[in-house]
Amino acid sequence: MGSITLQRVNKAFGDLTVIPAIDLEIADGEFAVFVGPSGCGKSTLLRLIAGLEDVTSGAILIDGKDTTALPPARRGLSMVFQSYALYPHMSVRANIAFPLKMARLPAAEIEAKVQAAARTLNLTDYLDRKPRQLSGGQRQRVAIGRAIVRQPEAFLFDEPLSNLDAALRVQMRLEISELHQALGTTMIYVTHDQVEAMTMADKIVVLNRGNIEQVGSPLDLYRRPDNLFVAGFIGSPKMNFITGPVAAGLDCHTLGVRPEHIAVSTGGGLWTGTVGVAEHLGSDTYLHIHTENLGTLTVRAGGEIMLGHGDTVGLTPDMANLHKFDDKGRAIR
Amino acid sequence: MARHVSTRRRWFVTVIAWAIGLLMFFPILWTFITSFKTEGEAVASPPSFLFFQWTLENYVEVQRRSDYFRHFSNSVFISFGSTLIGLVIAVPAAWAMAFQPGKHTKDLLMWMLSTKMMPAVGVLVPIYLIFRDLGLLDSRVGLTVILTLIDLPIIIWMLYTYFKEIPVDILEAARMDGAGLWNEILYVLTPMAVPGIASTLLLNIILAWNEAFWTLNLSAAKAAPLTTFIASYSSPEGLFYAKLSAASTMAIAPILILGWFSQKQLVRGLTFGAVK
Amino acid sequence: MATQNSRTAARLMVAPSVILLFIWMIVPLGLTIYFSFLRYNLLMPGTEQWAGLLNYQFFLTDPAFLTALVNTVMIVVGVLAITIVGGVLLALLLDQPVIGQGIVRLLVIAPFFVMPTVTALVWKNMFMNPVNGLLAWLQTSMGFTPHDWLAVTPLAAIIVIVAWQWLPFATLILLTALQSLDEEQKEAAEMDGAGPVSRFFYLVLPHLSRAITVVILIETIFLLSVFAEILVTTNGGPGNDSTNIAYLVYAQALLQFDVGGASAGGVVAVILANIVALFLLRAIGKTLEA
Repeated sequence: MGSITLQRVNKAFGDLTVIPAIDLEIADGEFAVFVGPSGCGKSTLLRLIAGLEDVTSGAILIDGKDTTALPPARRGLSMVFQSYALYPHMSVRANIAFPLKMARLPAAEIEAKVQAAARTLNLTDYLDRKPRQLSGGQRQRVAIGRAIVRQPEAFLFDEPLSNLDAALRVQMRLEISELHQALGTTMIYVTHDQVEAMTMADKIVVLNRGNIEQVGSPLDLYRRPDNLFVAGFIGSPKMNFITGPVAAGLDCHTLGVRPEHIAVSTGGGLWTGTVGVAEHLGSDTYLHIHTENLGTLTVRAGGEIMLGHGDTVGLTPDMANLHKFDDKGRAIR
Repeated sequence: MARHVSTRRRWFVTVIAWAIGLLMFFPILWTFITSFKTEGEAVASPPSFLFFQWTLENYVEVQRRSDYFRHFSNSVFISFGSTLIGLVIAVPAAWAMAFQPGKHTKDLLMWMLSTKMMPAVGVLVPIYLIFRDLGLLDSRVGLTVILTLIDLPIIIWMLYTYFKEIPVDILEAARMDGAGLWNEILYVLTPMAVPGIASTLLLNIILAWNEAFWTLNLSAAKAAPLTTFIASYSSPEGLFYAKLSAASTMAIAPILILGWFSQKQLVRGLTFGAVK
Repeated sequence: MATQNSRTAARLMVAPSVILLFIWMIVPLGLTIYFSFLRYNLLMPGTEQWAGLLNYQFFLTDPAFLTALVNTVMIVVGVLAITIVGGVLLALLLDQPVIGQGIVRLLVIAPFFVMPTVTALVWKNMFMNPVNGLLAWLQTSMGFTPHDWLAVTPLAAIIVIVAWQWLPFATLILLTALQSLDEEQKEAAEMDGAGPVSRFFYLVLPHLSRAITVVILIETIFLLSVFAEILVTTNGGPGNDSTNIAYLVYAQALLQFDVGGASAGGVVAVILANIVALFLLRAIGKTLEA
């Protein structure tokens, strides 16, 4: 139904190539997340799929049909914008009904669908309000409601949670995941937050400077990053990178160790260092440890560990979970 | 943000502010009061402020002697006409520049503004001669054309700054929701643009109503708007303060009320969006 | 978003405005420049002939020109000084918590909406008239001899009248700018130990500088061509005491019918205005970048 295929899709603004020829396959019903730092081209890619920007060359297939030349209105996609882009002069009801009105559905059917969407999203009490009378989370729900009523081939989300506070973000993340499970519709979700990508995605597409760095499931990317960029971007706290003699001793240019793959002890250990800052989160403790010849390493330890500034510790990496990279930053396997 | 302010200071500031406000407004108030006096009372010494025989006679007299309403309708015709024509020409232009900006859009906007900087006296002579030859002197059409041209840059600029504030996101959302160009304009753009267009309309009517260079130079009797009509009172014959006041009150009252309504938009319009 | 089609449509939409303004700018100005090189008097039709720079020579060496130039500058500087200083003070005042602030605001901005001819006539007759004016009555009742504003100090009278019209404009714009000053900045300055005076000079005034620039430039454009106020009150007199460039050109053209001379004056006025406009456009252009 809603598979999306990009074939050699390329976008240039004048002489500036934003996205070099990209191939990508998103299966029907999949939750795909485009993730990358700002300016990596993820939003542009989404807008190309939406039809809000013209591709310079290449083809976009939705459900097997070439839609490259179709206007956004005829691609059968819904989009939730970062700013929500609610129509300020319309009530919540009219906002949600708008796509149906554009599709010329009978009024009774529109009303029924709006009511249903409002129930799903807990908006029933707010249908007669204007967007400016709603809180951020409610606006977000209206935007989602406007997207789901039409039963599109696929949903596009452009950083939908970035304007919400942290607590609400966690809640909406969950709601969107639940929505995906309930509807089973293809979703493409753009974010710069790797936590959102890890928690929501079936498939993560990591983008950097317009290029696809790696495509895979969250755990694939976590376990087997193809390169330094993905290794550093996925996972929190960030992977430690070690260069120099220690790396050379293991036949690589850069050695990557995740903070959770280093064991801390009060004595002994392969490496030694002193604790700079200890961040106690309760469940975990993040230790920032200064070492003589490895630089500063981040280590994730248990929540109950009683180490503080100035303590000398021994560090032992988990040899089974080391990541090796060559001088071009590619993973050595 | 509510800061604590001592009551004494609050009253002090209030008294000063009201005193200055009333002082600024006094000439208008005085004109208004005088318009209800008899000519004798209008020049009485000491002047009477409230306790005199109030009369409407002056208003009747102004209309009877100089056909006030003809000049009033000229003003309405010229200011509304020039503003509406200006809007018809300017809306598409501002629209295109706000939503389809090209490489030279900014230069174009600056150039349009620069035409507004040309002093009227610089072109008074040729315009006067062209109008004379075309028979447009002292005609409402001629004045409307001139005011349209001098208003056009301001109208375009005001509309441009308003249109610029409509988020492109919302237009794109409409496209994603399946709206074609026509529906996008009808259901989304127009409702969002109307307040800006209305403000522009209002401010330009005010500016055109009060324009007093071209109206004075290009109209005499038949097409004279209120600016020219009032100027005819500058050569006094006998006692006339009360009648001058009545005519003035009628000339400024409608626009003063419009102006009070549009004061928020005024700043943006008059500074070409430089101060909001 | 921009496709070839929409770009063509955009050009078509802009075209009428551009064409109209282009004609409006080029044709009359071209004629003015052309006339300025002719001997051309409306009272002697058919005797036009090439005069070269003679019109400019007459206009620029006419003692009236120098007087008018000085008067023009005096009006601009005088009104600017009153409206900027007064405007800053009034804006500061109205930014305070005042009971009935909305109404005070309306009272203060009202003069801006009064048409120039009404303003001029009301001030001329009801306030500045040495016999029946209110100012004369005030002076008399305080034991002074009434001052005949328009006969003795005509230029000052015009400056007062025009300043009354423009003070609301300056106040309104400066007040708007003042209200956009971040409250936290003020509080930060207070925490840093800045008193009201140093807060004004180090925080408020720099914040207002842009708005002040805009006010100066826009007022200057309008003040360079003050016309109705002079026509209605003094007719440029007595003598040339209150004649500015705009009025001088008008008098040359429509009172003496000297088209050539008036056109030369018009060209001079355009050049003067352009110098100011250059600065104004640069200031506004900067806001386009933002």
